[in-house]
Amino acid sequence: MSATPQTEGWRTAAGGRRLVREQPIIPLAALLVLVVVIYALVRPGVVTTDWAGVILRAAVPLAILAGCQTLTMLTGGIDLSVGAIASMAGFMVASLLSGPGLGVGLAVALGAAVLAGLLTGIGVGIFRVHPLIMSLGVSFVVLGLANAWQIITVQSSTGVPAELRTLGADRFAQLFPYSFVVFVPLAAIILIGLRRTGYGRMLYAIGDNPVAARLSGARGWQVLIVLYVISAVMAAVAGFLLAGLTNVASVTLADSLVLPSVAAAVIGGTSIFGGRGGFGGTIVGALILTVISALLTALGLPEAVRQILFGTIIVVVAAAYSRVTGETTG
Amino acid sequence: MSAATGTIDDVRRRPVDTLVAWTRRNGWTLSLLAILALLLVFTKMVNPSYGVSGIQGLAISVLPLAFAAAAQAVCVIGGGIDLSIGSMMALTSVVAASQMKGQSEELGVAIVLGVLLLGLVLGAINGGVIVVTRVPDIVVTLAMAFVWGGGALLVLKTPAGGSAQWLKDLVLGSAGIDWIPKAAVVLLVVVALVWIPLRRSKMGLSIYAIGSNRLAAFRSGVSVGRTKIIAYALTGLFAALAGLSLTASTGIGNPVPGPYTLMSVAAVVLGGVSLAGGRGGVFGPIIGVLILVLIQNDMSFLSLDPNLALVSQGLILIGVVMFGSLIQWRRSRR
Repeated sequence: MSATPQTEGWRTAAGGRRLVREQPIIPLAALLVLVVVIYALVRPGVVTTDWAGVILRAAVPLAILAGCQTLTMLTGGIDLSVGAIASMAGFMVASLLSGPGLGVGLAVALGAAVLAGLLTGIGVGIFRVHPLIMSLGVSFVVLGLANAWQIITVQSSTGVPAELRTLGADRFAQLFPYSFVVFVPLAAIILIGLRRTGYGRMLYAIGDNPVAARLSGARGWQVLIVLYVISAVMAAVAGFLLAGLTNVASVTLADSLVLPSVAAAVIGGTSIFGGRGGFGGTIVGALILTVISALLTALGLPEAVRQILFGTIIVVVAAAYSRVTGETTG
Repeated sequence: MSAATGTIDDVRRRPVDTLVAWTRRNGWTLSLLAILALLLVFTKMVNPSYGVSGIQGLAISVLPLAFAAAAQAVCVIGGGIDLSIGSMMALTSVVAASQMKGQSEELGVAIVLGVLLLGLVLGAINGGVIVVTRVPDIVVTLAMAFVWGGGALLVLKTPAGGSAQWLKDLVLGSAGIDWIPKAAVVLLVVVALVWIPLRRSKMGLSIYAIGSNRLAAFRSGVSVGRTKIIAYALTGLFAALAGLSLTASTGIGNPVPGPYTLMSVAAVVLGGVSLAGGRGGVFGPIIGVLILVLIQNDMSFLSLDPNLALVSQGLILIGVVMFGSLIQWRRSRR
């Protein structure tokens, strides 16, 4: 790989394509800036550090859930159980608060998430069930059990713990939400893990060419089981933060974030066929989606128009991607 | 291998062989029917008073989901997946309910036909966007779910509207004999009218072909893009039928999509349609729907927590699919 053809290439259209394909985060960041500028023009004076803090705070749970989708999509999978697991985790902590306390609640919620992730991972890794179906089935099971649990514990308090409220909703110097204490290390681990560790490379390998990965000695089923457990634990963490942010503990709290989490990963440049993408783009994708939905709200548009525009934007961005990267469904 | 030996001595086939071959080909659907029969017996055991009204209630409550499953089946057979079915149902349902309220019965017929056309158009737009943008089906239909859902909210903000009386009469009650609910007749007649001619036509074969192997289909002269758009248009048509049956059974239109999209995916897989495409039919998924709904009913008869029904639906879905992939795995080993 000599540097000369590359530096020449940057100036041409093909070079621009390569830039988007290999560094999708640059055009994405430009898109984010564009959306923020539009917001500033539409609502002059509103875009302040306080506003940025609110946006960042709202984007954190979505970014973590989109991280679950990114990791699973790298292997060619998807995890539709993140919404049910996140809601279950938030609700579990709240329902166990009055009796056993916060520590036990967190441990039980994480344990339940690990079990759910194990179930998905075993189905996908060993029984080769399509990840869409497997995670869908697991989400039914988790939601049903959480509902049953809700009925059993109906008399106990279901307030969100004050610690989680601080973590999810409060901000340091108006700009940095306390949830960054969780999110920044998590994001660092994922970003470095995907680039520098064997496990991270294995995810790309399995998604890019499962047969080649198997023939090179990767034990796909082990990788997948661990992957879906990681995804479930991340979903549970997002559930804690979301419960703290909204001060609501409900078994359907995070359901509405499942489809946006897939959208954020897709906009962030992760291929749903596996093998291409990363968490950096996903974080920017989650920010873009959060700013857009704030923008649509600020414009005072009715919910109906907001949904229509939201869907249209997802299609347009995804189409722009497939045009530029040349990756198609044929 | 096994397929080749089956076709060579096609010339002199005994009737028994044909029957055996038919049973083998429809093995999955037949086992589903057996499970359904067992479930019905079980239902009668736990609830001895289960009878005509129970069957009729079952038929009406499964009607929207059964059409949704048929809708999902068509595009999954064509190698796609449609995550906007629930939203298309909501949109067609509110359009039907808002237009029919206070109108004459005759105008109701025109409105129903218009709504079916609307379904075809919505589905064709889904397929067209997929073909033109070349974005994966799952991403496009996910985004279109927002668009159609927003459209439904534009038409009606809250559940409202009405339904023509004949449309309600079409699905409520029994068809002559007490044991045969009208809803079941409507379902069977409509699905058979759309599906059986399609299955036997060149277009039907093309849909199976692009789902099975897109490149091979293309090289055999199938117009892949056009076939895909038609498959999605049919999905939209079935989704409109599902939306209409929602309006007919409730008498109103609700702009908030129900849990139909994901349930339809579950029913399709349970019904023996491979998510990889090119395999299965629409009747298996409909039986799958019956099984899923009957389990829910049985749970309430046993006065168990209805949420456990959700758990068992999930477990059955997982179990059946795991069983299916085990069979496939053993077959490929042989």
